[in-house]
Amino acid sequence: MIADVEVACTKVLSRPMKIAIASGKGGTGKTTVATNLAQVAATDGRAVAYLDCDVEEPNGYLFLKPTIQRQQSIDKLLPMVDLGRCTFCGRCSQACRYGAIACVGKQVLVFAELCHSCGGCVLACPADALREVPKPIGELRLGMAGPIRFIEGRLNVGEAMSPPAIRAVKAAVREKGTGTICRNGPDGASHKWCLSPFHSEADLTILDCPPGTSCPVIESIRGSDLVLLVTEPTPFGLHDLKLAVEMVRALKLSLAVVLNRCDIGDDQVRQYCTSQRIAILAEIADDRAVAEAYSRGQLACAAVPSFAGHIRSLLSRLPNGAAR
Amino acid sequence: MKELVVISGKGGTGKTSVVAALASLAGRCVLVDCDVDASDLHLIFEPKVIRREDFTGGSKARIKPGDCTACGKCEELCRFDAIYFDGPGNGRVSRTFRVEAMACEGCGVCVDYCAENAIEFAPALCGQWFVSETRCGPMVHAKLGIAAENSGKLVTQIRRTAQQVALTRGLDLILCDGSPGIGCPVIASLTGASLALFVVEPTVSGIHDFCRVAQLAARLGVPGVLAVNKADLNKKNAEELEETALKHAIVLAGRIPYDRDVTRAQIARKTVVEASDGPAARGIRQVWSVIEEQLRLCAASQASGLVQIVNPRDKQVLALKP
Repeated sequence: MIADVEVACTKVLSRPMKIAIASGKGGTGKTTVATNLAQVAATDGRAVAYLDCDVEEPNGYLFLKPTIQRQQSIDKLLPMVDLGRCTFCGRCSQACRYGAIACVGKQVLVFAELCHSCGGCVLACPADALREVPKPIGELRLGMAGPIRFIEGRLNVGEAMSPPAIRAVKAAVREKGTGTICRNGPDGASHKWCLSPFHSEADLTILDCPPGTSCPVIESIRGSDLVLLVTEPTPFGLHDLKLAVEMVRALKLSLAVVLNRCDIGDDQVRQYCTSQRIAILAEIADDRAVAEAYSRGQLACAAVPSFAGHIRSLLSRLPNGAAR
Repeated sequence: MKELVVISGKGGTGKTSVVAALASLAGRCVLVDCDVDASDLHLIFEPKVIRREDFTGGSKARIKPGDCTACGKCEELCRFDAIYFDGPGNGRVSRTFRVEAMACEGCGVCVDYCAENAIEFAPALCGQWFVSETRCGPMVHAKLGIAAENSGKLVTQIRRTAQQVALTRGLDLILCDGSPGIGCPVIASLTGASLALFVVEPTVSGIHDFCRVAQLAARLGVPGVLAVNKADLNKKNAEELEETALKHAIVLAGRIPYDRDVTRAQIARKTVVEASDGPAARGIRQVWSVIEEQLRLCAASQASGLVQIVNPRDKQVLALKP
């Protein structure tokens, strides 16, 4: 098979596989592929974890319909000023590269939406007048969708920065019940939370990623064994696929393509993949029955048998499919 | 001057195809592609670039291997897991620390606390933005660098530029193609806009995502109109969607049926209304007539009034706030 996939193959033969489902363009079928892949793999007896990393618009639960067993707040640390101690020297605002804290006269203003929680202002304060307090920016929801472990991050409306929420989702599936959410908290100690029922024993982890090619996507795909880019054979699909391929290659990750609605457009995507030596692991024809099942929140693999066939064949072509 | 921003919450619902068609119908307007990390509008309009500017985002840290004494202070302080102990050795230590540029968020804490002054901190080139000519008027667009951040700042930059272009050309409509989601680029696209057009599909996820982005628009005080795209896919959901919109005080602009002409037009590099007079083109004409009326009623764009926040230390523009 083609180079990229072979690399993934030799790397992961003997260990659990993490597959990120991404795309440059939105609405190409990431969630459809991710949820159906999870369902089909679980039906075939594999231990599957599904992580919804599209924290701005998490949709996976609409199709997998999990029973949520636990909800926890996803917090971001924000500086809080003790005005009794503050000498209004302005070192905090000089230290902040994001313009998130400003010292104006006898006032210190914190702009929560600009703060990256780096802790620089606290370190810079000579009067020990700043401490960090958690502010909820979203919610982590953990549960089971039949045999599938389900983890979703959900950013609160109005919050601008999704990477911290994505980090929380990925931390929640990490081994041995602890995920480091914020390191070096206000008291200097590491902040960890316990996630005992969800310690990682999944042999297939599926990360449903947000669209695009910037920070939220990079945060989502980092550390995965294979990035599956779902695209469609249109000029928009091709253009955004090229951007996504460049991004995945910049991160030095393995990649392959799923061509969805493979019959609606032209042949440019196939030609591009051939010229770039990128494997197309599945070509799925446009099918109104699949779109209608999707519109109702139904898993297409349950509603349309031929679609389940496509997903099963995709699963068998994933690098460690043969290893089992 | 009025500014219409087209958004959707969920991706791939037809924002760009609708924006392109609206530009054909509007005739005189400034086009803006605010979807800077997967911009597609230029594929339809084949813009001729007349002005090109670099966009510099925040700085990124880099450890000079020769100066690093491997004390580990930087790794201890970094909140973004961006520092790794696998850099090359030098005369004093066998391994040094290294910054993973993709993970670095540019907070500069490691730079400030490195006892050896071994960490450089230089602004990174994040992308480019352009002013171009198209057959439907001037267009302001951008290309974010591969794996670059700061897309929200770039969006604000191009919206401000579009305001200037509109003023100098005497155009009174700015038409923005937004990005999916509800995060930083969407907030940057919507803040201070006159009117939002939600392009939504009648699917459970379309409705779910629309509710979130409609809440965001309401919070930012931007009034909205709804166009249901591929409306015939699920009539029941289309009705539910319209009821939901009315509850959010969003005006119904009409339904656009599923039509293969939309993809055909895209392949021919034309807008739907240029290439076809099919059901989708007729639907979009109907939507435009409602939008025109709503644009007369809504407030002028406040994008030019967004204030720059400048870091006093390096005089760099960091963010823009209304």
